Amino acid sequence: MAQEMRSPIESGCPDAFQYMHPVMRRNYGQWAYHEDPQPGVLVHVANSGEKIWTVRAGTQRILDLYTLRKLCDIGDEYGDGFIHFTIRSNIEYQVADEAKVQPLIDKLLKEGFIVGGTRNSVTMISHTQGWLHCDIPGTDASGVVKSMMDELIHEFTSWEMPNRVHMTTSCCQINCGGQGDIAINVQHTKPPKINHDLVSNVCERPSVVARCPVAAIRPALVNGKPSLEVDEKKCICCGACYPPCPPMQINDAEHSKLAIWVGGNHSNARGVPTFQKLVASGIPNNPPRWPEATAVVKKILKAYKENAKDWERMNDWIERIGWPRFFEVTGLPFTKYHIDNWRGARNSLNASTHIRF
Amino acid sequence: MAKDIHPTPMLDDLENGPWPSFISGIKRLRDKHPEKRINEVANSLLGQLEHSYETRKGYWKGGTVSVYGYGGGIIPRFSEVGDAFPESREFHTLRVQPPAGNFYTTDMLRQLGDSWEKHGSGLVTFHGQTGNIMFIGASTTATQHFFDEINEYGWDLGGAGPCVRTAMSCVGGARCEMSNCNEQGTHRHLVNNFTDDVHRPALPYKFKFKVSGCPNDCQNAIERSDFAVIGTWRDDMKVNQKEFKNYIQKKGRQYIIDNVITRCPTQAISLDDNDNFVVDNHNCVRCMHCLNVMPKALHPGDDKGVTILIGGKRTLKIGDLMGTVVVPFKKLETEEDYESLVEMAEEIIDFWAENGLEHERCGEMIERIGLVNFLEGIGVDVDPNMVKHPRQSSYVRMDGWDEEAEKWFARKREEKQAASA
Repeated sequence: MAQEMRSPIESGCPDAFQYMHPVMRRNYGQWAYHEDPQPGVLVHVANSGEKIWTVRAGTQRILDLYTLRKLCDIGDEYGDGFIHFTIRSNIEYQVADEAKVQPLIDKLLKEGFIVGGTRNSVTMISHTQGWLHCDIPGTDASGVVKSMMDELIHEFTSWEMPNRVHMTTSCCQINCGGQGDIAINVQHTKPPKINHDLVSNVCERPSVVARCPVAAIRPALVNGKPSLEVDEKKCICCGACYPPCPPMQINDAEHSKLAIWVGGNHSNARGVPTFQKLVASGIPNNPPRWPEATAVVKKILKAYKENAKDWERMNDWIERIGWPRFFEVTGLPFTKYHIDNWRGARNSLNASTHIRF
Repeated sequence: MAKDIHPTPMLDDLENGPWPSFISGIKRLRDKHPEKRINEVANSLLGQLEHSYETRKGYWKGGTVSVYGYGGGIIPRFSEVGDAFPESREFHTLRVQPPAGNFYTTDMLRQLGDSWEKHGSGLVTFHGQTGNIMFIGASTTATQHFFDEINEYGWDLGGAGPCVRTAMSCVGGARCEMSNCNEQGTHRHLVNNFTDDVHRPALPYKFKFKVSGCPNDCQNAIERSDFAVIGTWRDDMKVNQKEFKNYIQKKGRQYIIDNVITRCPTQAISLDDNDNFVVDNHNCVRCMHCLNVMPKALHPGDDKGVTILIGGKRTLKIGDLMGTVVVPFKKLETEEDYESLVEMAEEIIDFWAENGLEHERCGEMIERIGLVNFLEGIGVDVDPNMVKHPRQSSYVRMDGWDEEAEKWFARKREEKQAASA
């Protein structure tokens, strides 16, 4: 049998240069500057004087073949046949002729895609797989993102934010969506419900015990069967035990909530990269439109838009005005849960008299 | 068209609104595609997804699926409600490595789409959070057929499980004036040295490479990768005073003072009385802010290279970690430069494979054993750029002080000699 199988060609990551627009290939590493003629459009000028225009559009990320082919058709007919995807799943067409830019935009809009997501806009929310495909999700990222982007269209297509806004969603506390200026993440609030009949068949118990960040899980005999038990007083309801042991069901229709975090920033611009901080939780996981989560996000965006200075990212703005003021201008409650007690938490406490009045 | 269409009242609501709808896309596969298999898979998938929306629960479980010769690269998904939704009972994702920097021609996208149409569900994402093309929805037998087909024309699986994962690099030199290295070349040199570790998971946990061409770090490398390569430069930034004056002309002097000069984190820039942009390059930390605001006037210098940070990761298990500077500056120009970069990656992965606990990321191991033990393990000398500030606690045994101080002076002498040679 094995002899009949085809051995893989371990070619690894393909060379990108074969798929680059020739203008980009010719001027590789030789770019002089770029300008932003309008939202969703960039023009890069090379030292040689050659120019390349980029048109960026938002898509549904989970692409069906019809949409993929439509995007290719647009690229062939209105672009130069070259496509680049951003890290946030925006599609970008590169064209060498300025005259192609507007017809390309018009066609994309006509076909229902959204042109924008550049500079100081709210760009596409980067997201995870959710109920569509993940094995441990507390929610459906695609649905949350679709619902939010429907309401943030104007912010995607305009330049009205103080600086760029990167949003993310995650369907569990592992947080594959990562850091964002605003992150919408599942937050479990009850310990896992254990199906003791299945644990010994399905789970490697020592690995599950080792996985718990707070050592709240121990092996136990339950109804005469080897299983696991959780010290519910210690349990932080993080769900880390669930991936290695599905009988430790952490997802709960009622008690798996959404939490919102702000101020994550990967860039080194101005300050050093920052992690996001908790600002709101207890938000119902409410498909198909998650209106409560979107309402909080819009409240935060409004406060940021009205109060931050040009070029301040969310974290820069909050650092300048201070957290008390952030809670004041957003109207969000400050609770005991906002005070960190994880390792290193002491570094997050105010050990000074720097207080704004 | 499938004969019994699962009703999807909640999902139908996601067809409204201006943002493109993924539900409408799946429905097109259900209703319009000429092939019955694809109609039925889409129908079944929508049925299960609607069931998730109604009950607020996921119904996929993992398993073990791979292609012949590999141990990873596929995310196996078996439905827990397969009796109700049988056609998508097996719905695996193939993680395929994109070209470095995510460049495609429409021809290549069509070719991939055609292969996927033959074997899979017709759903695809560019790209997942690790950076893979995600071909979502194949049966166990179809995964092999699809892989065999695309592997023949240049595509290979990415990583899944405890292995070296698919890497990422920014648009870089292809279209960005801030590029400080060959991002795509660096990406491929690194990850393609480890194809065996990508395809056959045998490490403590995942290991990710990401390359960003400048400190704006558009690939989120410092926080999201175990091995972050960030382009930077050592000499003076380039200033075009004429273009700078144009910005003053256009935006006003006060705007430039408020938004550029006073935003410098190390007060390394100023505006002189003749409207010149003056830089204290020695104290510039290459944060990129002034370059971002005035891309026509300011540019990275000529002595380009990279900074390497090790150990970034997300929450599981000890909490989020940023990478730590392990190499403040490294040139990446010659073949030898790339070779030594790859050797260093090998050194780090070997040390971590040897010393990391099961399911422990490299950064967590460093947290557990201390940076100094890690550096000694991989043969890298200490450097003050690795810390925000020196030790605060006196509770440490320091009887090797004189030898350590002598090492520092010896190193400085060598550097001086090398510089004058």
